[in-house]
Amino acid sequence: MKSTQAQTATQEKPTRPQVKVSPRSSNTKAIDKTSKDYEAIIGIETHVQLSTLTKAFCSCPYSYGSPPNTSVCPVCMGLPGALPVLNSKVIEFALKVGLALNCKLSLNSKFDRKQYFYPDLPKGYQISQFDIPIATGGYIDLDIPLEFGGGHRKFGITRVHMEEDAGKLLHSESGIVEDPRSLFLLFRTYKPDKHFGNRNSGGDREKEPLSVDLNRAGVPLLEIVSEPDMRTGIEAAEYAAELQRLVRYLGVSNGNMQEGSLRCDVNVSIRPIGQSEFGTKVEIKNLNSFSSVSRAIDFEISRQALLHSQGRDDEIVQETRLWEEGAQKTVTMRKKEGLADYRYFPEPDLPGVSLTQEFVDNIRNSLPELPEMKRRRYENMGLSMQDVLFLANDINVAEFFDATIAKGSDVKLAANWIMGDIAAYMKNEKLTINEIKLTPQELSELIASIKGGTISGKIGKERIMAYCMRYRKMIGLPKISVLYSGSYFMSGWGVVGLILFELLAKGGTVKGIIEEKDLIADPLEIEKMVDKVLSENPKQLEQYRGGKTKLQGFFAGQVMKISKGKANPGLLNKILLEKLNAKS
Amino acid sequence: MLCTMQPPRSLSRFPSNPIFLLRHHTSLKPLSSLSSHPVTDSTLTGQSQSHSSQILKARHALLSRQLTATQLAESFLTRLRVTEPSLRSFLHVSDTVLRQAQDLDDRIGRSEEVGPLAGVLVAVKDNICTSDMPSTGGSRVLEGYRPPFDATAVRKIKELGGIVVGKTNLDEFGMGSTTEASAFQVTANPWDISRVPGGSSGGSAAAVSARQCMVSLGSDTGGSVRQPASFCGVVGLKPTYGRVSRFGLMAYASSLDVIGCFGSSVADAGFLLHAISGHDTLDATSSKQEVPDFTSHFTSINLLESKPLKGLRVGLIRETLDEGVDTGVTTAIRGAASHLEELGCSVSEVSLPSFSLGLPAYYILASSESSSNLSRYDGVRYGNQVAADELNALYGDSRANGFGHEVKMRILMGTYALSAGYYDAYYKRAQQVRTIIQKSFKAALDEHDILISPASPSAAYKIGEKRNDPLAMYAGDIMTVNVNLAGLPALVLPCGFVEGGSVGLPVGIQMIGAAFDEGKLLKVGHIFEQTLKDCRFVPPVIDDDIDVAS
Repeated sequence: MKSTQAQTATQEKPTRPQVKVSPRSSNTKAIDKTSKDYEAIIGIETHVQLSTLTKAFCSCPYSYGSPPNTSVCPVCMGLPGALPVLNSKVIEFALKVGLALNCKLSLNSKFDRKQYFYPDLPKGYQISQFDIPIATGGYIDLDIPLEFGGGHRKFGITRVHMEEDAGKLLHSESGIVEDPRSLFLLFRTYKPDKHFGNRNSGGDREKEPLSVDLNRAGVPLLEIVSEPDMRTGIEAAEYAAELQRLVRYLGVSNGNMQEGSLRCDVNVSIRPIGQSEFGTKVEIKNLNSFSSVSRAIDFEISRQALLHSQGRDDEIVQETRLWEEGAQKTVTMRKKEGLADYRYFPEPDLPGVSLTQEFVDNIRNSLPELPEMKRRRYENMGLSMQDVLFLANDINVAEFFDATIAKGSDVKLAANWIMGDIAAYMKNEKLTINEIKLTPQELSELIASIKGGTISGKIGKERIMAYCMRYRKMIGLPKISVLYSGSYFMSGWGVVGLILFELLAKGGTVKGIIEEKDLIADPLEIEKMVDKVLSENPKQLEQYRGGKTKLQGFFAGQVMKISKGKANPGLLNKILLEKLNAKS
Repeated sequence: MLCTMQPPRSLSRFPSNPIFLLRHHTSLKPLSSLSSHPVTDSTLTGQSQSHSSQILKARHALLSRQLTATQLAESFLTRLRVTEPSLRSFLHVSDTVLRQAQDLDDRIGRSEEVGPLAGVLVAVKDNICTSDMPSTGGSRVLEGYRPPFDATAVRKIKELGGIVVGKTNLDEFGMGSTTEASAFQVTANPWDISRVPGGSSGGSAAAVSARQCMVSLGSDTGGSVRQPASFCGVVGLKPTYGRVSRFGLMAYASSLDVIGCFGSSVADAGFLLHAISGHDTLDATSSKQEVPDFTSHFTSINLLESKPLKGLRVGLIRETLDEGVDTGVTTAIRGAASHLEELGCSVSEVSLPSFSLGLPAYYILASSESSSNLSRYDGVRYGNQVAADELNALYGDSRANGFGHEVKMRILMGTYALSAGYYDAYYKRAQQVRTIIQKSFKAALDEHDILISPASPSAAYKIGEKRNDPLAMYAGDIMTVNVNLAGLPALVLPCGFVEGGSVGLPVGIQMIGAAFDEGKLLKVGHIFEQTLKDCRFVPPVIDDDIDVAS
């Protein structure tokens, strides 16, 4: 029960990515062997979409998946006469990320225009930052999961800068377009060509008109550029996963890769081990998950290594390659036609960005505990690295855990409960930890009750899913959630499971559930009943003490009988055993 | 009473001795009641005999019920119809003027409050967006384009009761000094229809000059309000950069562009500026500087002392009277300087050594910014799209067909100046020059209240004269571009004539003030104008009585 739907590089793909075979070769082993003679140099450019309420330079809201061109205005459409006005939240979010990445901040920064023509870029330039980015020269710490060898890493961050997103090109047959009137940006006669890469290389598609959806145009982005410090696909994927954790911890982005809120472009080059100068680097795009980051890089390393080993290294050219998820390989998207000249110059429509040290300090002081700090703290509490990585992976899980132990729960027990039954329940019900009804307060209560013997710890360790599945089958109900209406759990065992399940699905308190279900969980009361049964059955007691220990079931049954089935069976058995064995 | 007669027919002596002429016409006659109140003062109901402000006269006529807004509008529209075939100042004339005037009359009839610009007929340069009329920027690439919003300046005018008469012709996207670079038509100068009205706001200047409207909006990136004001004999006001929101102004060079005002009097230019000034949340470069009531500076002439500008330190920029400036112009400016001295100013020459650097710096910076600002005209979202099989062809052909020569030339220059390897030598260096110019103006204005110069090295020249000589045309901007680079306000008003055309051609004086000190310019300009009163700047194209309130 290790995995939840919480996303990490490793949990997304639990097994080590396999290096795929180059299309030119069928000999996997040869390539792996070849790859060992080379060292890969990997750097990543990450674009993080900031979750500000409105776009960077206008007041349009943005929400992923809105109908095309419904979140647009003259500013983000680039209409004549429209001017950008900076959303100050963008600066605040950028500073948070800059500080969290241990960067040096520029108190006097500015925006620049990056100029190129493309149909998804309405103004013909992107408002970005060129020579004075908001943050430079930082680093990020991360821990590689044990299944990938473990270990701590520190990767350099070259720069963080603010910019605006572009729109999206749509094919008319994509089905996204329901109301053609909302698509004012139709290429009436235009058909896609080489500039769009060979993603849609099917014959007929090339004759379709293209439309542009500008909902995303003007959405604020942070571009985070790493130093070329990574050496393997796993390291790169873990770097990206750590950035995702960071922006989620900071609350500046949802970091969702599928929606494109976090996009990674990877630069890969290889060089023979021992060589100091870099090889020719290749850029890889279209990486929609951490596992594709990892696999694309490993593929690319093998491809380049093979070309090197065959003396065909001149075939490694500076180009942009596309990761094809279906074929599990990279293909040429476009060759670099010389160095692109973006003709950057300072954006005259926006004043320079001047920040006071006080403003920066306020933001610094408002930063939450970051993933790295959290992991180190958990580690110092004595948790295993596996537990640490699990708990710190998701800010919400970490906060749940922190709140539980803040109530005094045992660290290890709390971790086990969260990583075990609770995680299993969340996975099964497709819920996040914020959506379950259990509160840290009650989890802590439950743990204390088990520890204190109010309810049985032994049964507490039963997996709640086992109960659910058992009872679901038993009564033939399709929905787990309806299981609780009756008294199915009251027949004796699994009280902890019942309580936990109640707490998860319906909420409430441990005490309330015990009372509501009329469970006798008071040890003194049970002890009285046990004493009564023992004194009423001296013969059986003698036989038991004489070695006939099977009789324990008989006594338990008798106690259960006088309790009318309400005694907590764990507690009952515990007390019964103590009494039975007291004089032996 | 504005006279329809031309400048004094003693012109034969002109310009050989314009000072003589000025001296004869500068008696400090009492000016009855150009109100010292702002136009918003609704108490203004007394006998206004202002001879200057069409806005005040219109307001008085309406509120005293001497005229209806409809009659007022009709008189202007009639003149517009008569003069337009020879002038061609408008690209589009509104078909709702009379309806708006009627609405206003109805409200006045019901004694409702009307705005301070009620019934004021305003023409708007076609690179300023209007939601109810096409806005082409004078470019084929935006032919038929209708913006979904009003520029902030236009919105403010409408909110104050002004009626937008139409959209005026211009050099394509403001790039030019003659209005010949319009994609649609060439506008003639009302003083001599064989001559250019100047540019790029030539349509707005000609429209005010010919009284096709009362006031108009232009835009000034390197002199595009001031030079045509000078050529057409009207008042042109270029505000401080940031004083007026640029939202809705099609960007040419964002760091230099300002929306400016034309009027047939300093007062009208001031009233219009007051209406459109102020911070705008839609323009991050608009200033939060308080907007004073400029109109309160308009001192009634009967309150004037004999030396009303006593103590005002005026610096005559030496470099603007160098060779290359027509002697007629130089003479007129020296005459104006003498006139200022008579009004009590102390005039001294001041040198701005960096002055000549302004022109190349301006053309590099303006072209660079324009090459970027005009990227959006790609035919993808609006405007004309050329059929193409391939993306580069779509861009290339749409832009090749959509833009005129002048625009293409500046895009090419700007693209070059910003290219890798040239940036430092051109763009960066030009920015350094700009800083030097700003400093030298600052120093000059620390020692002087205002600086004066010609608005242009020459009066209006012939249509076609410089069409094939862009450098000569660019050189004509020498007087004005420095002011844009420094971001300062400047007022141009007619101060004399040179020979040319049938009746002589007007010459404008440029008064440059410190940042956000438009008030001082307007005050000085107003006194200057009032004391030049008999030197009338009404072009020959008008042959009817244009005094609306008489």
